[in-house]
Amino acid sequence: MLNVGKIEEGFVLDHIAAGKSLSIYHHLQLDKLDCTVAIIKNARSNKMGKKDILKVECDINMLDLDVLAFIDHNITVNVIKDGKIVAKKELVLPREIKNVIKCRNPRCITSIEQELPHIFVLTDEQKEIYRCKYCEEKCDVRF
Amino acid sequence: MRHLMNPLDFTTEELDRLFDLANDIEKNPAKYAHACEGKKLATCFYEPSTRTRLSFESAMLSLGGQVLGFADASNSSAAKGESVSDTIRIISCYADICAMRHPKEGAPMVAASKSSIPVINAGDGGHQHPTQTLTDLLTIRSLKGRLNNFTIGLCGDLKFGRTVHSLINALVRYDNIRFIFISPEELKVPDYITEMLKEKSIPYEEVIRLEDCMPQLDLLYMTRVQKERFFNEEDYVRLKDFYILNKAKMEPAKKDMLVLHPLPRVNEISVEVDDDPRAAYFKQVQYGVYVRMALILTLLEIQV
Repeated sequence: MLNVGKIEEGFVLDHIAAGKSLSIYHHLQLDKLDCTVAIIKNARSNKMGKKDILKVECDINMLDLDVLAFIDHNITVNVIKDGKIVAKKELVLPREIKNVIKCRNPRCITSIEQELPHIFVLTDEQKEIYRCKYCEEKCDVRF
Repeated sequence: MRHLMNPLDFTTEELDRLFDLANDIEKNPAKYAHACEGKKLATCFYEPSTRTRLSFESAMLSLGGQVLGFADASNSSAAKGESVSDTIRIISCYADICAMRHPKEGAPMVAASKSSIPVINAGDGGHQHPTQTLTDLLTIRSLKGRLNNFTIGLCGDLKFGRTVHSLINALVRYDNIRFIFISPEELKVPDYITEMLKEKSIPYEEVIRLEDCMPQLDLLYMTRVQKERFFNEEDYVRLKDFYILNKAKMEPAKKDMLVLHPLPRVNEISVEVDDDPRAAYFKQVQYGVYVRMALILTLLEIQV
């Protein structure tokens, strides 16, 4: 079993669906942060069989929890201080997400006006349905 | 300041007030003939729609206001690449209220977010056409005296027909409405509509033949199969003549059933039906002007 050292201050994203960690790495824009990141792929999991884990050494406030919740609200977010888990953040589906995904409707105004932000609004919490704020097209992208 | 993007932007109580005002305009047009004096309506039509544009212009002129605008994107600064956001900022300096039609869905909403004057969505692609829905509701309410306790048949293009989707969403807010969807398999009402009806326990049926449901209907809403909503010419040609309402098909219908149509029609209602007292589609056009007059007054917050 591969060993990755523990972090002193930062967060651990656990229970990421196997193979999805790189997509989350990009959506959280971790590539733009100057911090240590460990990407663990296909770790063994009792609950999931296989899972991914991301360990990031940086201030928790730098993490966009809304984006993370949209991508997968089943991910566990452990906040680490002094090498210990001090909090577990619960993820709730954001009411609105901005510039995370693009509207694919060729008839949507965002298809011709490039400067417009791509905004999706949660319209059905139970079914986790997001719709484009402008054309109301259902979001068909899940990570 | 309020805009109108979606027929559901108004509560049913607000709609009642709007329709009362429209009915008062119908009865006393002279009382409102100078209500908008000194006010200007800009009709910004990025795609041609003579009927809707003229209805808006007629409404404003009947209120004593003035109109300006363009009828086609090629005659506007959009042809030079100007964004909707910029255009509305300019229009806000020229007019007091704007009616916008745009082929791209959500364009009027973008305009409303940047506008300092009320914006009315006069149709955005296949998305919304709220003043058509207000017209339909006012017609039904004025001719039937109510907006509840109906079996309504919607016939034709129920897949792409935005007027149909908007009308369904508006009618589900009233009690005891039953829908019968009459369409070929390819143009069936989208799943999200039937799912919504199931969730709200609103009864509906889907049938293919108009003849199968005619005697049950209190209202029949006919639609045109619109060429511009198809990506494929072959599909359009195959489906455009699927339903034609004629005298024979009207025979088993109730004596007080109303036939509505958002117009323009092509051939889906035979001209022989026009003289039938149940044909309400030309009255609907007149109600369209009244409801737009009431809407302009409401959004401009003008009391008469």
